[in-house]
Amino acid sequence: MLWLALYLPHLPLEVVARGSPARTPLAIAAPDGQRQRIHARNRAAAAAGVHPGLAVNTALALCPGLSIRARDEAAEAEALGRLAGWAGQFTSRVSLQPPAGLLLEIGASLRLFGGLDTLLTRIGDGVENLGYRARPGVAPTPLGAWWLARAGRRETITDLPALSRALHTLPLTVLEISAKARAELRGLGLRRLGDCVRLPRAGLAKRFGPAFVTDLDRAFGLQPDPRPRFAPPERFESRLELPAEVDDSTALVFAARRLVVELCGFLIARGAGVSSLELTLDHRRGPPTSLHLGLVSPTREPDHLLGLLRERLERCPLNAPVESIALRADRPQALAAQPAALFDKGDSEKGDWQHLVERLRARLGEAAVTGLCPHDDHRPEHAWRPCPPGTETARRKAVPLPEGVRPLWLLEEPTALRLVDGRPWLGGELRLRRGPERIESGWWDGIEARRDYFIAENQGNERYWIYRDLEGDGAWYLHGVFG
Amino acid sequence: MSLESLLQRADLWRGGEPVRRGPAGVPTGSEALDAELPGGGWPRGALTELLLARPGAGELGLLLPALARLSAEDRWLAWIDPPHLPYAPALASAGIDPARTLLVRPGRTDNSAEMLWAMEQALRAGTCGAVLGWPAAPNHRALRRLQLAAEHGAAVGILFRPLSAADQASPAALRLRLEPAAGGLRLHLLKRRGGWGVRPIFLPTVV
Repeated sequence: MLWLALYLPHLPLEVVARGSPARTPLAIAAPDGQRQRIHARNRAAAAAGVHPGLAVNTALALCPGLSIRARDEAAEAEALGRLAGWAGQFTSRVSLQPPAGLLLEIGASLRLFGGLDTLLTRIGDGVENLGYRARPGVAPTPLGAWWLARAGRRETITDLPALSRALHTLPLTVLEISAKARAELRGLGLRRLGDCVRLPRAGLAKRFGPAFVTDLDRAFGLQPDPRPRFAPPERFESRLELPAEVDDSTALVFAARRLVVELCGFLIARGAGVSSLELTLDHRRGPPTSLHLGLVSPTREPDHLLGLLRERLERCPLNAPVESIALRADRPQALAAQPAALFDKGDSEKGDWQHLVERLRARLGEAAVTGLCPHDDHRPEHAWRPCPPGTETARRKAVPLPEGVRPLWLLEEPTALRLVDGRPWLGGELRLRRGPERIESGWWDGIEARRDYFIAENQGNERYWIYRDLEGDGAWYLHGVFG
Repeated sequence: MSLESLLQRADLWRGGEPVRRGPAGVPTGSEALDAELPGGGWPRGALTELLLARPGAGELGLLLPALARLSAEDRWLAWIDPPHLPYAPALASAGIDPARTLLVRPGRTDNSAEMLWAMEQALRAGTCGAVLGWPAAPNHRALRRLQLAAEHGAAVGILFRPLSAADQASPAALRLRLEPAAGGLRLHLLKRRGGWGVRPIFLPTVV
């Protein structure tokens, strides 16, 4: 077993700050008794002298441009859960280490991802892409890895003897214990974990509780430390509060990228893709703006999804500034495992046209991009249907084709032809070259048609498909053009 | 620029040289026409302009054999903002697979920017064998972008333009003026890579 602990020391700040690339001073405030005090702040705020523990009023006096948000522990817990869902792509054994950590059992994933260094780099880059900064710790026990991460030790430890040596040197600040217990340890002159281990266990348990001793044993690998597996939700929904209201789409694309990366990790973990997405933009006043994205086939490629969302966002008029955005995918669909696609040439070609259709639809709207499908109906205007592109039933021979000659252009609506001396006329006299072809049908749906079709030609040698309506008053209509 | 370097340029052709054979084109279905086209057919990875007075000059019939051939290669055929509805039964009869047909209608009155964008996307995608487009009044820069997209996607890009466009310079590799004639279609070669214009070519109507 090999555990990777990810410690997120800046989570309270990042749940807000990761929505924007802005570097303006930002701080998170939390109640401390009766007063609001600074709990966390970004670099810009720190440079202005804002430090944790400062009263909010003092912080504002130091840095007038400081924007302050109340700490939102529920949002932190949610963010941690979504990060766990994203991390599921690297291992099926992910555990939460609340309030600001994750534990991943990566022993079984090393080969699949090409070794420890490659895996750690990938996870590190991924976490950064989501807008978080994580301190890693690698050790054969979960608690050992966690304490290494909290201590900021970047060394990777893969065996118990080495872990024991490393743990001995860790400061007691890695322990998550009460301030009282911490003071007591200090009072005993203990500085490092090694100092504790050397003391009689019974005395330690009596003073600091049995859990304290158990934790030490678990960290050193002397006792089993079962961890409940994180169970990802069935559907994906992620919300991102923006640090400041946003009224241009470029800034929204930045925030949307965070959510899309999160979604795609979630999907890889489930072996799934999505074929529809909902992006909601919340405003302080008024109803939220909702953007629906439909895809031809399920996908989980972040760049593709983000390209489509960008196209939609740039075309979406923003009536009010946006406070937060949310991405929802209700129905992840199982996708064939990725490696199989490497050998399936047909699949990659399919991907190309589907991407094209999705790009066109994202900008022009779904109805603007269709396929064509012959339809078994004698009436020419009903002998085709628009259909989703790539509909296989549209294949030729699936539908019997008309025997008569058909024009390549059909008019959306037949247009009445003028008559001159009782003959049809279109910029000149129309000479009937071929016909009639009698077409009658439609009685079953109440729209009866009985027509004689002709191929006609004008003076300019252009050829048209015209008919005489035998149902009505014998009027002539233009229905097609031989392009 | 020296004369030597000028002579090295691929887009420079010296009169007196025979017609240079370019990369193989898509046969047009007419030997008489193929013989006059560099590459022996509609140029792949390039733009072709068909100039005609109005839809119905025989412009689709001219392309049908090549479109059917590309369809047999399982490549897509995209129609970008056509003036009428391409009629599926007629296309299927001609051997064009409707399941590989894409109809794009931006659907607004002033959609020239959307139309050009959509055509560029389709040309560039590499999945379309041919992309047929009806642009309103493209400027030279827009045409240049389409030409580059066609090169990128190795697609046959066909632009249908009014007769008045003949006076404007165009980066298209091939330009033809279509003139409906008794029993067929007369083609005037306005521009081709590596060759002078020739006498009009007459193609009889098949049906």
